[in-house]
Amino acid sequence: MNDLYHPRSVAIRKTVVENEARDIKTFELVFLDQEEREKFKFSCGQFAMLSVAGAGESPIGIASSPLDDEYLQFTVKRYPTGVVTTALHSLEEGSEIGVRGPYGNFYPLKAMEDKNIVIVGGGFAFTTLRSTIRYLLHDKNRSRFRDITVLYGARSPGELIYKSELKQWEERDDVNMYVTVDKGEEDWKGRVGLVPNILSEVAPSSENSIALVCGPPIMLKYTMPPLLDLGFSPERIITSLERRMSCGIGKCGRCNIGSKYICKDGPVFTYKELRELPEAAI
Amino acid sequence: MRKGDRLKEKIIQKEQIGKWLEKLGKDYEIWAPVKRNGLVLFHPISSAKEVYFNFLNSKKTPKDLFFPQSEVLFSFPKEEIEKEVETILQKPRIVFAIRPCDARSLALLDQVFDSEDYQDPYYIERREGTLLVGLACTHPQQSCFCTSVGGGPFAKAHLDLLMADLGDGKYFVEALTERGEGLLEKNDSLQEPQKKDREKLAKIKEEAEEKVKSKLVTKGLEKKLDKIFDSSLWDRVHQRCLGCGICTYLCPTCHCFALLDEKDKARVERIRNWDSCMFPEFTVEASGHNPRISNRERMRQRVMHKFNYFVERYGETACVGCGRCIQSCPVNMDIREIIEEIRNE
Ligand SMILES: Cc1cc2nc3c(=O)[nH]c(=O)nc-3n(C[C@H](O)[C@H](O)[C@H](O)COP(=O)(O)OP(=O)(O)OC[C@H]3O[C@@H](n4cnc5c(N)ncnc54)[C@H](O)[C@@H]3O)c2cc1C
Ligand code: SF4
Ligand code: SF4
Ligand code: FES
Repeated sequence: MNDLYHPRSVAIRKTVVENEARDIKTFELVFLDQEEREKFKFSCGQFAMLSVAGAGESPIGIASSPLDDEYLQFTVKRYPTGVVTTALHSLEEGSEIGVRGPYGNFYPLKAMEDKNIVIVGGGFAFTTLRSTIRYLLHDKNRSRFRDITVLYGARSPGELIYKSELKQWEERDDVNMYVTVDKGEEDWKGRVGLVPNILSEVAPSSENSIALVCGPPIMLKYTMPPLLDLGFSPERIITSLERRMSCGIGKCGRCNIGSKYICKDGPVFTYKELRELPEAAI
Repeated sequence: MRKGDRLKEKIIQKEQIGKWLEKLGKDYEIWAPVKRNGLVLFHPISSAKEVYFNFLNSKKTPKDLFFPQSEVLFSFPKEEIEKEVETILQKPRIVFAIRPCDARSLALLDQVFDSEDYQDPYYIERREGTLLVGLACTHPQQSCFCTSVGGGPFAKAHLDLLMADLGDGKYFVEALTERGEGLLEKNDSLQEPQKKDREKLAKIKEEAEEKVKSKLVTKGLEKKLDKIFDSSLWDRVHQRCLGCGICTYLCPTCHCFALLDEKDKARVERIRNWDSCMFPEFTVEASGHNPRISNRERMRQRVMHKFNYFVERYGETACVGCGRCIQSCPVNMDIREIIEEIRNE
């Protein structure tokens, strides 16, 4: 009964710097007590509180797939004034931190079966979508879903995260990959254009489809109209929200939009649900 | 009234209370209203002489006996964790002379901290280890409006015992739970209430209820609030507000908190502190983005949380009408006026 706020101990097994600006890092964490990993049952879209003793805790989406059963991965952007994210980035491999969770709801993986999946991501908010893509593309799962389309964009080529994985996915013929950047560079041979525009160009069919969208607020805002235009109904558009948090479990009163706590009733909402909230959520 | 109920009703002579508390003090830590430097607050007492019976209500709520303003949840290194949670209470406690509105506020906090999915051991341990001995309000204040939000100066809900000062040197005491009865059994000079005691009780109860003059109409308020979220009313009502947070700190139902770390050379402590939705930093994100940009949004959040969001989530209004926010606001903001304005909008 005592462990409501107590993080479990994990070690940083590996870190990967994801971007040119070097402020986005992926942390691979292993539980000091492997039994704890087994107890840590999560689904795609959930988050956990990462805890650095002396700095505090931050909610971070789980970037690894539930089927990656040895470790957990989190991709964290460091903010110059951010206490926890700065502390995390300064830690070496082998350091011990804490994990509390998993928390929040998740993407409707069951309802996505036998449907075409359209995944739209922007910037470093791609993390829980990455978890989802890994899950969907897993040998055990791929056949349960129809066409999978992934559209991912970042400001510049250097800001794209999970680069080697993007490449692997591009090489597969069972997923339609579209990677784009807002502004190209000399040696960039890929697409250039904002995510909402590329989405209209690619125009994935909304027939028997579900869209998962995750990105900075401005991207979310401009991605909804083209999705609606393509015929996605608001309940078939799923997104994930962010609000400042402290407890992660619906007690500290911090993260609400209207009567909904993002930490507990979210972070995943349908666009239909968002439109029913009193405050503009995106 | 059923026969069984009567067994739990007794009369205590005022001068016997000291002996009773002394006896209870052997098994319990007793917290009661004490007046120090003109300020009435709940303090642990060792003698009934310290109890300030004529208080209207305590300046601060007794909620911090359950949800302290600041508490160490645990410290790193982690070995110390188990020990710390299990010794939250050294001894069972009695909150003596708690007001009915404040007792009700604890039932609202229970919904938050003792929810089915996540149980907060710090709060629950304190709550379970504490008995509530209520003291009915015979002198409600101008700022009280408990009767409009489901309470009353003699309300029994959520108490173990309710005492009422009959004004003639006697207290009428009713045990409301088994644990409350247990407390009564520790008193060997109890008397049976006579017909005239009951009549007196009924009379002072009626008088007290009449003294709660302010009436808030909360019927339909939740729905109304749904409709006026974007109203220009919010531009007006927050104007005077300083954003000092006093209204939330003194409110018995406010439960917002922040978890943070404090460290010295030897160790790191994870602390839980009260926080307030009236502070700009409350919602500011690491990127600098703040979804509640001004006092307007924050005032709206406070009102919406109490009279709409909490109602939707837990089926009850998160205000017990204690009037503390009205009494202590440095610029005389009055929640009753805001609600009235909303209703007229
Ligand atoms: C559900 C969810 C998933 C997230 N997933 C990721 C992710 O995968 N990768 C990533 O880099 N970031 C993610 N974030 C944002 C991340 O939580 C913040 O950037 C981070 O908490 C900033 O912490 P800080 O201590 O460095 O900043 P400070 O400004 O020092 O903030 C102090 C504290 O406030 C809280 N806080 C501040 N900003 C935010 C915020 N935007 N959201 C929530 N809490 C905040 C945290 O508890 C933080 O420790 C997510 C946020 C949410 C709500
Ligand atoms: S006590 Fe008054 S001034 Fe202070 S935050 Fe509350 S309403 Fe505003
Ligand atoms: S809102 Fe004001 S009157 Fe209502 S419970 Fe809180 S402090 Fe008391
Ligand atoms: S983070 Fe505490 S209520 Fe959501």
